[in-house]
Amino acid sequence: MGARDSDDHDGGGTDAFAWALRRDLAIALRTRSELAVQLLFYAIVVTLFPLATTPERNLLSTMGPGVLWVAALLAALLSLPRMFALDQADGSLEQMALSPWPLPAIVSGKIAAHWLVTGLPVVLLSPIAALQYGLDGTAIAVLVAGLALGTPVLSLIGAIGAALTLGVRGGGSLLALLVLPLYVPVLIFGAGAVDAVRGGLAVDANLSLLGAGLIVAALGAPFAAAAAVRIALD
Amino acid sequence: MAINWYHYASPATFHPLAGRLAAAFAWLAAALTAAGLWIGFVVAPTDATQGEAYRIIFIHVPTAWMAMFIYLVMAFWSALALGFNTRLSAMMAQSLAPTGALMALLALWTGAFWGRPTWGTYWAWDARMTSTLILLFLYLGVIALRNAIDDPRRADKACAVLTLVGAVNVPIIYFSVRWWNTLHQGASVSLTSAPKMATIMLTGMLVMTFACWFWCIAVALWRVQAIILERERGAGWVAALPAVRET
Repeated sequence: MGARDSDDHDGGGTDAFAWALRRDLAIALRTRSELAVQLLFYAIVVTLFPLATTPERNLLSTMGPGVLWVAALLAALLSLPRMFALDQADGSLEQMALSPWPLPAIVSGKIAAHWLVTGLPVVLLSPIAALQYGLDGTAIAVLVAGLALGTPVLSLIGAIGAALTLGVRGGGSLLALLVLPLYVPVLIFGAGAVDAVRGGLAVDANLSLLGAGLIVAALGAPFAAAAAVRIALD
Repeated sequence: MAINWYHYASPATFHPLAGRLAAAFAWLAAALTAAGLWIGFVVAPTDATQGEAYRIIFIHVPTAWMAMFIYLVMAFWSALALGFNTRLSAMMAQSLAPTGALMALLALWTGAFWGRPTWGTYWAWDARMTSTLILLFLYLGVIALRNAIDDPRRADKACAVLTLVGAVNVPIIYFSVRWWNTLHQGASVSLTSAPKMATIMLTGMLVMTFACWFWCIAVALWRVQAIILERERGAGWVAALPAVRET
């Protein structure tokens, strides 16, 4: 595990974070095709809704924000099992738990890497998807801002679910059952922000609430996820 | 004299106590149910605006309250289980989950039956209905996680973490659903302008609430007895129980 010479007052927390972030990013970049598949999944889900309902422009721009957010939720969900499962399979997760570095910091690094490779691409792709739904410039800006604040929360909460379902029977579908109800507030505030700006209302409240959610999740979720990882390794 | 709480933290000493308490609460619940139903069906008058359909509140409101309350109790036992690593706390949390899920389901079911004659629809995306539905999903998630893990001690801890994360989220979910609901007014019907409830109706509802509460306690204690027996089946004290020795 990386150099330990700068291990000082914070017990190696920043080192652990940076190490886990770099490591998971490197692994993700070596399996680029998997990431592309997840992004394609998002694009396809977004394409399915107009086919299932109507190409009528007014209706699409009404549904648009909700559809784009639900697709983002599903895309995040699809990528969650990757976060810990591979590391558990090859034993490196156990080494991380045994290391003198604080496990919540390592988990935070993994969560940050997960967002960078799965959440951020969705944020960047969403303006194009929003154009397909006929959203205008301001609505797209609010959508992107909401997704930028909200998708990290999805990774943070998702990490708890991913750790709880490590090596458990029916892990994937169970993960959906555990995590999706917890995603409800993010969905409401995120899609609500776009709705608000389309209806001519102020969006500060929605975006502030998303930001508050991000802060709370960033402070709490790594500890819960680390506890869940330790339980899974017991 | 101080009660030695730690004495009853052991499954072996709690098992007989749970049996005695469960029986007492079951009798109380039965008596209160009889009284509550009598008030609800016989004494309470027909509602001026809602007719006879309103009488479903005598079961609907208690179950809705219990659905929320049991989640809090479950979170309390989960926190104890994680904090003190007590097995019995985790067993209590485990035994409460199905009862809580049942209460949420009953609240939704009776709510739908009340909504049909009153609102003209079985389901409206009302804030309370929607958040109760999400609460039901949270209960089912805890139960599903429990069933998916073979090792009971790991299941205890995993479910405790999940319950606590859920408990932090429940107020946020409720707030967000309320928020969403007020932004989309028009589709659903609001009950906030309903006239004040007659005292006798309120009495009936409270009596039924206690009946429901005590029934939940009794059922949870019986279930925890079963869980204790299942998990401690290898222990000597279980083999020495009269009911076990006879078979």
